Amino acid sequence: MKDHSTKSSKDQRHLFKGIIKGVIALFILILLITGGILFLTLSNGPTPTLQTINSNNESPTLVSGNGQFVDGKDVETGLVKGDGFELVKANCTSCHSSALILQNRFTREGWKVKIEWMQETQGLWDLGNNESLILDYLAANYAPEAYVGRRAPLKDIEWYELKE
Amino acid sequence: MSKADETKSLQSPNYPLQGRRGFLRKSILASIAATLGTEIVHASKMPIGYIPIGVSMQSNPMEGKNEEMIIRNELPWNVEAKPHLLDDPITPFDKIFIRNNGIMPEEVDAANWTLTIGGESAEQEKTYTIADLKKKFKPYTYQLVLECGGNGRAGFYPPASGNQWEEGAVYCSEWTGVRLKDVLQDVGIKSDAVYIGYYGADKHLNGKPDEVVISRGAPLAKALQDETLIAWALNGKDIPLPHGYPLRLVCGGWPASVSGKWLHKLVLRNQVHDGPKMMGDAYRVPAYPVAPGQKVPDEDMKIIESMPVKSLITYPKSGAIFGLEKKLQVRGKAWAGELEVSSMEVSTDFGATWKKCDLKAPVNRLAWQEWSIELSFPKKGYYEIWAKATDREGTAQPMVIPGWNPKGYLNNACHRIAVKVS
Repeated sequence: MKDHSTKSSKDQRHLFKGIIKGVIALFILILLITGGILFLTLSNGPTPTLQTINSNNESPTLVSGNGQFVDGKDVETGLVKGDGFELVKANCTSCHSSALILQNRFTREGWKVKIEWMQETQGLWDLGNNESLILDYLAANYAPEAYVGRRAPLKDIEWYELKE
Repeated sequence: MSKADETKSLQSPNYPLQGRRGFLRKSILASIAATLGTEIVHASKMPIGYIPIGVSMQSNPMEGKNEEMIIRNELPWNVEAKPHLLDDPITPFDKIFIRNNGIMPEEVDAANWTLTIGGESAEQEKTYTIADLKKKFKPYTYQLVLECGGNGRAGFYPPASGNQWEEGAVYCSEWTGVRLKDVLQDVGIKSDAVYIGYYGADKHLNGKPDEVVISRGAPLAKALQDETLIAWALNGKDIPLPHGYPLRLVCGGWPASVSGKWLHKLVLRNQVHDGPKMMGDAYRVPAYPVAPGQKVPDEDMKIIESMPVKSLITYPKSGAIFGLEKKLQVRGKAWAGELEVSSMEVSTDFGATWKKCDLKAPVNRLAWQEWSIELSFPKKGYYEIWAKATDREGTAQPMVIPGWNPKGYLNNACHRIAVKVS
């Protein structure tokens, strides 16, 4: 920081302008990201997700294509898009449903224990170099969520008028 | 996206329950295509003789099931009820949870089905057809509670691995068959016998034709109880395929995994049975209390036997809104593994005070018990109804999540529903 004091005032003005520009750009970027996240969160219900597509059309063939993503999730497996997605889909869902991944939450170490257990007892093959890529994907996308107390508040309550 | 959202995305609105077979076939084929198309590299690493599971087609266990059932997994099939679906005194087929470990057998020929009894502690090896069993031994009918050892797993933190069951992996239906003890005595039990083990006809997910999926069992004393059956009928009809057609070992009050489906072999053992899912952390809990997340050595894990005391509110369904003047009828079920439930209470003030419910005696040992109470509320607002059963040894359900264990078994915390008085 001391170096700055040796620079001419012109340089300092230039630097100041640059910083202001940078801050404005950063601010716009944060705004965009927040907006994007908000949009994704809020639009979760009304957008034509899997759910509405299926309820509108009885035939599930429409959505069973390979490599199609809706809301950042693979239509076929529900796995989120991300580095290592193809490896996980190919190696994990050839024996068991992706539901076993979707409903669990582990650290990288925890997921490794599951892979080792499947290799020791369930006939999973050696994953070679792909193992660390698979673990990266699982740890990044299916990590334990923040804890909410010894018992969480009741959630997803569907209120209804009791008639009887 | 939260865990709940993702769980929900597996539920009925997503996948039409009926006609899932076609969907399953297509998605499995697509998976194989994806496997072969994108990552041929793995083909060289697949074990020789490995057959992708998609090649054999599963029949659809959701056929005839209630459309509110929650699908936790479809390979293998794991499906649970919501608490309000369990309101019947005897659970009908359409509301019974499914916990499969492998692939259900196809094209079962009941007329030629055999049950072989052997093992090192059997006097001889003997094989029976279902007709032999019906002819030779006296049939009995019992209502028996079967609850998945992992029912309630979703409540544990740190998260425990496996299907994230909430409340509905439990039911009490009526089983008809012969007493296991009558059949074992016909075979002859050696004096060194201590345990039994079962083998079923389901296929392993990894496609290896001879690999045993699950082979659990029980100590001889449990096997010799009057209520332990080799059953061929559920609620007076052939056992439906997802629940073990044509023959099932039924051991009420213990983790439902002890009740082996598609039963074709039983062994009398001179040691604790050591089949798949008897060992390690499968259906075992620490022999002493552990801190949440603590690593527990295998030798310190003990096999779960009787399930703990537990209850459900089956009416009303959570979320009821009603007027201040209403007298609310609340009812449900209670059970306690090997024991009877001696008292049942509910609280509408988060456990500060408790009201005693009417509690019926079980129809027979190991059946659940019906309870009911009429509630009125002091003022408008949001209430939770909590239900707490106490067994005849004085052990009650905890209000918070009980002791953590590595696989998330035996969560018998009080069931809670939300109601609003308007």
